[in-house]
Amino acid sequence: MTPRRKRMWIIALCVLGVGIAVALILTAFNQNLMYFYSPSEVARGEAPGNRAFRLGGMVVKGSVERGDAKDLTVRFKVTDFAQERAIAYRGILPDLFREGQGIVAIGQLDAQGVFVASEVLAKHDEKYMPPEVAQALKDGQASKAAQP
Amino acid sequence: MSALQAFLHMGGYAPYVWTSYGLAAVLLIFNIVLPRRAEQAALRRLARREALGESHDTAS
Amino acid sequence: MNFAFLHKYASLMHFYRLSHTLTPWLAAATLALFAWGLVGGLLLAPTDYQQGDSFRIMYVHVPAAWMSMFVYVTMAVAGGVALIWKLKLAEIVSRACAPLGASFTFLALVTGSIWGKPMWGTWWVWDARLTSELILLFLYLGVIALHGALDDRRAGARAGAVLALIGVVNIPIIHFSVEWWSTLHQGATVSKFSKPSIHIDMLIPLLVMISAFQCYFAWSLLVRVRSEILDYDRNASWVRELGRAQEAGR
Repeated sequence: MTPRRKRMWIIALCVLGVGIAVALILTAFNQNLMYFYSPSEVARGEAPGNRAFRLGGMVVKGSVERGDAKDLTVRFKVTDFAQERAIAYRGILPDLFREGQGIVAIGQLDAQGVFVASEVLAKHDEKYMPPEVAQALKDGQASKAAQP
Repeated sequence: MSALQAFLHMGGYAPYVWTSYGLAAVLLIFNIVLPRRAEQAALRRLARREALGESHDTAS
Repeated sequence: MNFAFLHKYASLMHFYRLSHTLTPWLAAATLALFAWGLVGGLLLAPTDYQQGDSFRIMYVHVPAAWMSMFVYVTMAVAGGVALIWKLKLAEIVSRACAPLGASFTFLALVTGSIWGKPMWGTWWVWDARLTSELILLFLYLGVIALHGALDDRRAGARAGAVLALIGVVNIPIIHFSVEWWSTLHQGATVSKFSKPSIHIDMLIPLLVMISAFQCYFAWSLLVRVRSEILDYDRNASWVRELGRAQEAGR
């Protein structure tokens, strides 16, 4: 084998070796790399019980309740379309927060299973379109839902 | 608000948008100007070397 | 394998001359594409239904992020060629890619952070996408450090090439991070296999800006490479001739 060919093999095998090593490491750390838990995972008890974690999901329509003047707590529910979870949060909500929006909340479950959040971040999707197109889509969906 | 003002206002996101574009401009200009200057400096060094008649540089 | 026909272009002298022929055209194309992309992205593209005008940061953030990965792969491939075939030109190209790629990565991270603050509500999160892109910046800085650390610049280039090749595994990680793990960063808007989830009037300026950045990369790479060539080959007769011409021109 020429020296050049030998160098080629060494490099190819090293790159492959590093790739396999990293794949194995990532598989082992897979759960830790998940940025947030879904409501279903929390319902199954997969989220840590005694420390803060992140809960992500979509804000359920009609579930947002803002407290009265004395109580600044906002309550709402998030869903992954399989399970729901109630969240209670005191603080400023991001601009994009609204019903039907994705969010990620950081906090802990209380004794009643309500997720008490210390921070709420908005998670937006990868769709980009002008407002009139968004409206047309919404109207299209509404009329479809209204059909018997 | 005039059209120009509305454009610069970027729907209220002006500091975010213009800082991003400004940083991009700085980096892109920097990465052209710096190597061009380096080439001119290298050519000047070569000219000086020829003028002095030196040839003892060790090639790497 | 006989690559004899490529030998001419691996010659540093020919590449130097070729770069001077190409760069004016690349510069013109870059400026034209940026003009078109900026008008399209900042003026013509409609406002987004949920992100308003802040989404226009996309027109620098996405090309920068794309280039940060493209340039890394270029740097790694050139580095591999340098290690296997010991070609000087490959070493020079690999060296030149590093500061350019690091700049793109830095730009992607900072514009992403600036965009994240109003939209997500935070400057930074340690999710898989952002963390792996930050690791990419560290890889670039490591390669640049190796390039400068050794007195022999050829050995430095080869050491950097080794790190670049080892780090190449990070590229698919960055790309697939939003699919493999739950992340705050959203999934891919444009992918090869499905219809883009972006309105066409917003998509076209993005494609133009990506082309502008690609053209810019070619332009700035050639400029950087040719100034390194003058140092690499400083004792060659053609370079000394250039020096004489420069001296005569004063």
